[in-house]
Amino acid sequence: MTGPGPEEAAGVPRARQMLERARWAARSFGRYDHDSVWRVVEAVADVAEAKAQEYAEWAVRETGFGVVEHKAVKNRLCSRGIVEAYRDEDLVSPRIDTSRKLVEVARPAGVVLALTPSTNPVSTVYVKVLFALMTRNAVVVSPHPLARQVCTDAARALASAAEAAGAPCGVVQVVDEPSIPLIDALMSDERTDVILATGGVPVVRAAYSSGNPAIGVGPGNVPVLVDATADLRRAAEKLVTSKAFDNSVLCTNESVLVVEDAVADRFLRELQRCGAHLLTPEERDRVREVLFPLARFDTALVGRSAVAIAERAGVRVPPRTRVLLAPFDLVVDEEPLAREKLCPVLGVVRVASAARGIRAATAVLRIGGAGHSAVIHSSDPATVMAYAAAVRVLRVVVNEGGSTGSAGFGTGLAPTMTIGTGFVGRSSLGENLQPRHLVDWTRVAYSEDPSEVFPSFEGLQPWDSVAGPMPPYPVASNLVTAAGAAPVPAAAYDDEGAPALRDEIRRLIIEELTSIVKG
Amino acid sequence: MSFDYGDFSFSSKAEMLEKSRDFWNPGKTDFWVEAGVPLVIDRREGYYVYDMSGRRLLDVHLNGGTYNLGHRNPEVTAAVTAAMNHFDIGNHHFPSLARTALAEALVTTAPEGLTKVVYGSGGGEAIDIAIKTARHATQKRKVVSIVKAYHGHTGLAVGTGDDRFSKLFLSDRPEEFPHVPFNDLDAMEQALLGRDVAAVIMETIPATYGFPLPEPGYLEGVKRLCERYDALYIADEVQTGLMRTGELWAVTKHGITPDILVTGKGLSGGMYPISAVLVSERAAGWLTEDGFGHISTFGGAELGCIAGLKALEVCNRPETRSMVHYISDLVGRGLREVQAAYPDWFVGIRQNGVVMGLEFAHPEGAKYVMRHLYDNGVWAIFSTLDPRVLQFKPGILMTPELCEDLLDRADVAIGRAWAEVRGARGARERVSA
Repeated sequence: MTGPGPEEAAGVPRARQMLERARWAARSFGRYDHDSVWRVVEAVADVAEAKAQEYAEWAVRETGFGVVEHKAVKNRLCSRGIVEAYRDEDLVSPRIDTSRKLVEVARPAGVVLALTPSTNPVSTVYVKVLFALMTRNAVVVSPHPLARQVCTDAARALASAAEAAGAPCGVVQVVDEPSIPLIDALMSDERTDVILATGGVPVVRAAYSSGNPAIGVGPGNVPVLVDATADLRRAAEKLVTSKAFDNSVLCTNESVLVVEDAVADRFLRELQRCGAHLLTPEERDRVREVLFPLARFDTALVGRSAVAIAERAGVRVPPRTRVLLAPFDLVVDEEPLAREKLCPVLGVVRVASAARGIRAATAVLRIGGAGHSAVIHSSDPATVMAYAAAVRVLRVVVNEGGSTGSAGFGTGLAPTMTIGTGFVGRSSLGENLQPRHLVDWTRVAYSEDPSEVFPSFEGLQPWDSVAGPMPPYPVASNLVTAAGAAPVPAAAYDDEGAPALRDEIRRLIIEELTSIVKG
Repeated sequence: MSFDYGDFSFSSKAEMLEKSRDFWNPGKTDFWVEAGVPLVIDRREGYYVYDMSGRRLLDVHLNGGTYNLGHRNPEVTAAVTAAMNHFDIGNHHFPSLARTALAEALVTTAPEGLTKVVYGSGGGEAIDIAIKTARHATQKRKVVSIVKAYHGHTGLAVGTGDDRFSKLFLSDRPEEFPHVPFNDLDAMEQALLGRDVAAVIMETIPATYGFPLPEPGYLEGVKRLCERYDALYIADEVQTGLMRTGELWAVTKHGITPDILVTGKGLSGGMYPISAVLVSERAAGWLTEDGFGHISTFGGAELGCIAGLKALEVCNRPETRSMVHYISDLVGRGLREVQAAYPDWFVGIRQNGVVMGLEFAHPEGAKYVMRHLYDNGVWAIFSTLDPRVLQFKPGILMTPELCEDLLDRADVAIGRAWAEVRGARGARERVSA
């Protein structure tokens, strides 16, 4: 049914119906075997990868955030890269543990409601859709209104690819006209099995208040400690590249550099060699004023380039400038530059020692970003250990850029676009979000009593190999052939502009029927 | 326990049934009591109706698709409720806001070639309009229908149907309304040979006859014959339309563009009566020649048009179409499993989408099954003109759980009906032995 109550906001009843359709799709998809699932996953990744560049351009055009070539890289990482990373993790087939006399049968969440942000729009759509498909879930994507067009198009392209590869019809859907009342309605609808909330704090809190299971994560505010033992040249390169990557729209980008006095001047020179511009105190004040008018971050500057921000602040910088370095003395909450900055401006604080540096990094995380991520450049494992134990984050990336490193690209962390901030960051998830978070397991447990023999489950497969469209087209029962297979036209659900497509289907049906009549 | 409905009340269900007999329709009232289905529908919500006793029934009768979208569908209810702040029935003489809006919506979603809409307030009236339109366009009088057809009870419509309903009121007119056997193209051609036929009227799947499916090529053949002998093809989509077969209009699955298409029932959303006739340019001549040629005060009542606009919108959604395909697949497969358990009893499944007729091996088999379904919380009706066949019509917005629940109940009820029929046969055989 189409849900409760009259007088719902425009679009809400239809969006609720998307959830209902998703339930049908999830019910079918939950019976697919591993190979049938991966045929779908590969096909979707192929299309996602092929359109990586196109959507990168479109996303920057539509949102004004970020850098096209970096978004293209990210889109590839989040399609082909994700698939390669999780290919060997079977989240479909039953698992047998003879020693503990356990069998585990996968039970997908069902309907995933995926809220995606404006900063990493397409890459997040890619990741959430692929994670859902790998685990046999249906997914309804609700894109951020600022990136609505590109995300809608991307989700549709993935949906078509999925269905063409045999996925159930409606397994990937997208909300055309997202609005606050609509998202609220979807989040609290009992047909939503889990919400994946990526976005601002209000969205995440709303997801957790919805009454439905939710996975949302807190914001970042990433300290990067460079101690005297670091390989400065390498560290500078990694740091500038990470900070400049997609103009810092990843929540894993470095926010405040904490550098040991002994190497600070040298390190700043290295940073400048890599394309960073060190602001004078007077320039720094102008940049701070532009970034934080009335002490609040101006979201219009999210993902803008260093040059554009400098220009806005009336600061002359070389045209190739990738990052602005904004030195300040004390990490305290009344210093705006100590907060999260989703743009290529890096706060810089000098400290007397690594130990003082660790305290400064801890202070950065008191201001924001608890549970998120931190970076350290050091060759001293004792410092790394002390740092990791002190900073209240759930991932510390060492001698690598934070932007991609904390997201699991170029490190051993799980590749993702959603960084769990754990209990300390008011999240139900402490790891990088990965496919296995979208599936439960029914555990079949035998008595430990030695007289109870654990039988062999080898080769027992509860799932089906699927061929042909799901559901099959409803052909009249007297047209079903003796073999049991009805003639099936390719169904078109994708829909809005579909008269032509529908005519095509009608034509196919007629052809099918005619051939049967003749035969 | 008393039953207070605000402006009226009853002290008990027994009193209600007694008054129903006294003041309304003794024949109908008694029929259902005697049939073991003493249903007086009280509360209704979604695909459930509740008897006065409080018993809940899953409705797969849906009054022939009237409750396609469920009872009191929230979207339709909200639309009509809101509309009542601005609209009423409207004035049928003048250009009308809501009539025009619904007409445009019907035409833009219809098979190509249907360009105008004429409104009625019920299916019968719409059929009469279709017949009158065909007669005007062709200047011929005869209308051919199939034996055991059912197109309604109004003046002309009743003539196209089974004698049972026309002779009762001395309204049979065999010279104007020849009936030919279904699925018999030769008989159809014989009826059309004289080129004196205005139209063939055809339910895409004859509902009241138990949904016998047109044989492959039959409807297509009828359409060709219509073209050859200059008769119009009237598609009665009252029960098969509005996405019940997985396409908006079932006739399009046959690749047929009818000259006239009739819709009703579900178009109302179950909330405000309305029916509509979609006509081709060729047939629409009278609307220009004498636009007042057919007048209906309530035809296309504006509140009904609002209900129709919303119902049509919901039916046409890709989500709905997709769900119908899922429901059709799940229920169809489930019924075939049940059938496999009772091959001598449950002898056939006629299915096109969620239009389903279940055949049983007893002249009144569907009545047994109907009663056992009723006892197990499901309301489905036998086919009036072929009581071997149960009409089984799941809604187009059913949830997976509801479908599974329906199948569980049907399984039990079909088995019990079989036991009853077998028991009765056994007893008879024992007596005769």
